[in-house]
Amino acid sequence: MSAPREDIPIGADEDVVRVRQIVRSFAQRAKLSLVDQTKLVTATSELARNTLTYGGGGTAVVELLGEGRRQGVRASFQDEGPGIPDLTLALTDGWTSGRGMGLGLSGARRLVDEFDLDSEVGRGTTVTVVKWSR
Amino acid sequence: MTIETGRPDNLAELLRAGAPALSARWVELVAAPLRGRVSAPELERELTELYAAVLAGVESGSRDVQAAPYAETRALLSDLSRRRARAGFTPTETAIGVFALKQALFELVDRAEVDGSLGDVAAFSLLLDNLGLLTFETYAKAREEVIDEQAEQLLELTTPVVKLWDGVLAVPLVGTLDSARTQVVMEKLLEALVSTGAAHAIIDITGVLAVDTQVAQHLLKTVMAARLMGAECTISGIRPHIAQTIVGLGIEFGDITTKASLADALRHALRRSGVDVVAAQRGR
Repeated sequence: MSAPREDIPIGADEDVVRVRQIVRSFAQRAKLSLVDQTKLVTATSELARNTLTYGGGGTAVVELLGEGRRQGVRASFQDEGPGIPDLTLALTDGWTSGRGMGLGLSGARRLVDEFDLDSEVGRGTTVTVVKWSR
Repeated sequence: MTIETGRPDNLAELLRAGAPALSARWVELVAAPLRGRVSAPELERELTELYAAVLAGVESGSRDVQAAPYAETRALLSDLSRRRARAGFTPTETAIGVFALKQALFELVDRAEVDGSLGDVAAFSLLLDNLGLLTFETYAKAREEVIDEQAEQLLELTTPVVKLWDGVLAVPLVGTLDSARTQVVMEKLLEALVSTGAAHAIIDITGVLAVDTQVAQHLLKTVMAARLMGAECTISGIRPHIAQTIVGLGIEFGDITTKASLADALRHALRRSGVDVVAAQRGR
């Protein structure tokens, strides 16, 4: 069995596509349903683009999780960018510090089962999401 | 074969004296694996030119392929490797162009047809290794260029604007929708709206794997632009899992008409333009 973990550097638009492809293949291996696959892929696409656009690039780590009979995929996105000063505001629908729709972070949270946001101004941001098979 | 410590000039002398035999054998060795994909006179011309350049470099006394005396060699080799890469030759077939000269020299020295000290042969071998690496670098770079070009061509190819009916255009989107592609799609669609005078445009996203906020934003902008030009725009091909994800993300398409399939969107467009599609009645 191949390694259930993959580290992907995020430095350009193509890397966002690569993250999507790798997450999709992990989600298939975890036997997520098509809807859940699409939700996870879309959420990680948002987060990877945030890492690139707002964090100035970083790393994505995708892992396969096994817990008893259910399987899942964990993806975490880490950057050493400026950090998020106001987490509540950042997680508000429609609010953006850039030019997007302001739905990436809040939308991604709604699409996954577990969501963890850790950010420190001046130090960087780490977002971790998990989606479990049902 | 005399063994003596290799002074730089010995190697130059060796290459000059052995020139006819060496370059003939070189051409022969290179020609074999290329099996007629490069014509013999062409190959001979290329390699004779290269041989002269290498000889000139060696005669300067320098053994550093990055140094000025090897500028011509580097230029010729880069050009050669680039052409090979573009013509679809493998890395091995390209690199053999350099390494075969080594073999030619070894054979010649071995048969004692020319005087070659171990030092000279080793020095020349090292020199050719470095030239071989240079070849490979150029080759890889040229292949990357080819890939970039193809990606660009694909961008153009994968965004056709097709006419479905009088006054109804469709853009079937496939794959990843990034900023660059959206720009192409938008431009093509707007141009087609002008040139055909169509009043309806259908953007079909059946082939788009995931719709995230960036894709949605791009789609919305395209629809808005089409509307500004007086055309009505429908987004079709929203499959169940994509619909659920869009809802989850919280994206609102507002008053933009969306349909599950391209057929539905076409029917909608036809109805809006006053065309009714009815089944032909038999026996009339």
